[in-house]
Amino acid sequence: MSTILKIDKVEKYYGSKSSLTKALDNLSFEVDKGEFVAIMGASGSGKTTLLNCISTIDKVTSGHIFVGGEDITKLKGNNLNKFRREKLGFIFQDFNLLDTLTAYENISLALSIQNKSAKDIEKRVNDIATKLGIKDVLQKYPYQMSGGQKQRVASARAIITDPQIVLADEPTGALDSKSSRILLENFDYLNEKLNTTILMVTHDSFCASYASRVIFIKDGKVFNEIIKGNSSRKDFFDKIIDVVTLLGGEENDNY
Amino acid sequence: MTTIKLSFRNIKKSFKDYAIYFFTLILGVAIFYVFNSIESQTVLLDVTESTYEVIGMMTTMLSAASVFVAFILGFLIIYASRFLIKRRNKEFGIYMLLGMSKRKISMILFFETILIGIISLAVGLGLGVLLSQLMSMLVANMFEADMTKYQFIFSQDACIKTLIYFGIMYVIVMLFNAINVGKCKLIDLIQTSKKSETIKLKNPLLCTVVFILSVVALGYAYYMVTGGINETIKTPEDILKPIVIGAISTFFIFWSLSGLILKIVMSMKNLYVKGLNAFTFRQVSSKINTTVFSMTIISLMLFVTICVLSSSLSLKNSMTANLDELAPADIQLTISVKDDDWLDQGYNEKQIENSKLGVRKTLEAFDFNIDDYFKEYVEYNSYRMEDFTFADSLGDSLEYVKNNNTSMIPYNMPEEIIKLSDYNKIAKIYNNEEYTLNQDEYMIIADYDSMIAIRDIALEKGQELTIFGHKLKPKYNECKDGFIEMASNHINSGVIVVPDEIVDEQYLAFNSIIGNYYTDDLDEQREIKEQILDLVKNPLSAEYCLPTVNSRVDISEASIGLGALVTFLGLYLGIVFLIASVAILALKELTESTDNKERYKMLRKLGADEKMINKSLFRQIAIFFMFPLLIAIIHSIFGIKFCSYIISTFGNEQLLNSIIMTAVFIVVIYGGYFLITYLCSKNIIKEK
Repeated sequence: MSTILKIDKVEKYYGSKSSLTKALDNLSFEVDKGEFVAIMGASGSGKTTLLNCISTIDKVTSGHIFVGGEDITKLKGNNLNKFRREKLGFIFQDFNLLDTLTAYENISLALSIQNKSAKDIEKRVNDIATKLGIKDVLQKYPYQMSGGQKQRVASARAIITDPQIVLADEPTGALDSKSSRILLENFDYLNEKLNTTILMVTHDSFCASYASRVIFIKDGKVFNEIIKGNSSRKDFFDKIIDVVTLLGGEENDNY
Repeated sequence: MTTIKLSFRNIKKSFKDYAIYFFTLILGVAIFYVFNSIESQTVLLDVTESTYEVIGMMTTMLSAASVFVAFILGFLIIYASRFLIKRRNKEFGIYMLLGMSKRKISMILFFETILIGIISLAVGLGLGVLLSQLMSMLVANMFEADMTKYQFIFSQDACIKTLIYFGIMYVIVMLFNAINVGKCKLIDLIQTSKKSETIKLKNPLLCTVVFILSVVALGYAYYMVTGGINETIKTPEDILKPIVIGAISTFFIFWSLSGLILKIVMSMKNLYVKGLNAFTFRQVSSKINTTVFSMTIISLMLFVTICVLSSSLSLKNSMTANLDELAPADIQLTISVKDDDWLDQGYNEKQIENSKLGVRKTLEAFDFNIDDYFKEYVEYNSYRMEDFTFADSLGDSLEYVKNNNTSMIPYNMPEEIIKLSDYNKIAKIYNNEEYTLNQDEYMIIADYDSMIAIRDIALEKGQELTIFGHKLKPKYNECKDGFIEMASNHINSGVIVVPDEIVDEQYLAFNSIIGNYYTDDLDEQREIKEQILDLVKNPLSAEYCLPTVNSRVDISEASIGLGALVTFLGLYLGIVFLIASVAILALKELTESTDNKERYKMLRKLGADEKMINKSLFRQIAIFFMFPLLIAIIHSIFGIKFCSYIISTFGNEQLLNSIIMTAVFIVVIYGGYFLITYLCSKNIIKEK
């Protein structure tokens, strides 16, 4: 399996010389193609900083991040935008569909930003809609769709550009348990059936248990890493809980 | 102390959000000052007394208009400040959560308003003083006075007036703010309800039908005020019809176009899915969808602005241009012949007797010899019979005219009659056409369009008249253009010209002299005129009737004054209307940008770069601003035509100039607001 994402000795400092905060401290790990990786950690552990660095919203202080073999810490200006729109997909917790646009237009927007031709866009939108089973809602507006449909439209938008990796920041953060489950099952489907590589940042153990591998971060460093392998999700969840207890963080986070 | 500090920092922090508000306040203050300081600018001008009178009248009118303007600006300021308060609901919520009392929040707002007020008044007055220097050039140009002795002018009166008016406005704003804060509940302040729009897509077929219907209705309204004006608008009330039809169809054009434009663009697939076009057009259509009503109002206000500005500017130009045509001679002196009825009105018998002497002899009695002053002159008489009125001259057509005209027509006014030879003398000195008549013929000279229209009805039918006992038939089947009395406008409602032989001298009503001075110098001309007017001080005037004086100098001053008055009023109201409408537009657009912040955030995550987003934003604002302006401009084409018909004095050349002037005003003010709105919106949606 080929490596899609390589984090190489990344450091990120905040603040001035007198009061330095190391958000990321010599962090390294790799994500292979087709993996579904969850990054866990308490608040302030550096997980969102990491995601911001990968999505090029933030810049690293030192170290390198390779996406598909390309060092993205070297990118500048318009190449950054180009990288973001061609190599990355985003999924947000509240779907973040534009409510003035139909499902079709929401999905096609990701492609039309890349100035693809109308014909090409139509073909690809129809393809992906068939795969995700949302063909019959394409002409509907977000307010006319169910939560599950909205989630699938948002997923379609994230993966229609064939991104190297899909990023999700606390995707279930503000969702009720039913919506969370819909979203996570959708991730599962994207990962299993469409072979999408997903990197998800979360502090919720239940959420993380859907991943194939969980990386724990503490104080900007990798603390632990567990792989689901062939175990059931229930067992994997228990394993995660054990590590979280070891980390001693979740009590503070889960109120 | 902390409250003041907080207020101060609030303003500093949100200065960019306040930019539109500040801009509007400063412009409002500056314009208010400029137009109220006109009086003090005219003080330095070298103008005659009669011009001063006009200036006095103009100042009164401008002051009256200022009250109206203050109301408009007041409403605008309250609207704008409410908009700004709304944006800060969350901030107030946090204050209240922290235990701050409503009174204290009101205090913060109070200090903020005071600070904003002081800053805007200071900057606005500064700008106003600068602008008024430019204005004084315009004033000098208007009154055709020379600006050799330029001097920096500061009008204390205008300054104090501005301070008082705006002070009152700010106090009202404070009251409104206090009431608003008092009314709001904490829960509403904290809950920033995320707006989820429901898109009501209009039925395209219905849209098309409505669009076509409103275009047809609008076309009819246009026709009413231009091509078909004579059939459709007969009474002053009729003018309301095209206005109402126009306003309603404007509303429905906005309503239907908001649905249609999107449909049309959507059908152009390649364009629609290119870049952020889909997003841009959706945004625009939803914006127009939710603001159809205010778009209509703004568009109509712009329409009024354009018409007022361009019409008032060209009125002044055409008035000056018409002077040569309407006052071709230097002076006209007239004595009306008086009978015993005048005894009741303060004339003595001697005066009544002497009123028959005529201008020449009367003046000679005062040792004023006309030949000493006039290089050429003509003398003429005109006649009146109490029982020969306008109604009589209409004859058989009277009933028809009465049935078709509801406006005021002086049917009982005695007709003025003049000998052919006298008229030809007048025509010669005025450079008008001379005529001949047979023994049994008459003709009518007029230049007032609506009276001509009525008289022509009778003339066309060959209406025979009995004048001085003679039966006369019309030589022409229409009125001929001309006048005997000089005036600042085409107001000759009709003079009947008859053959010399039939005139009965006992009906003599007026004796007049029209003359040209030897001198061309305006000051010397004025002096002669004053000399004649001053005869009233001579003790002899108790025995004579003095002539009324109608001079070219007076007419020109009156028309200059009237022109200036209309121009300044038009400029004042036009600019204020323009500011009011465009400020509302700008504030609406800013609200949109704030509400849509999330959407732009998402676009960025999808990989849209700043350039794309800014382009989309620019297009949205441009369309939002241009749409009402475009409709207003189309309206104005017909509106200006109608205005020029009513005033019926514009030349095309003058109109073009004033339209260019109007365009400059609109580009500067509208463009300025557009730019600020774009920059502010860009700032709002920027990732912090």
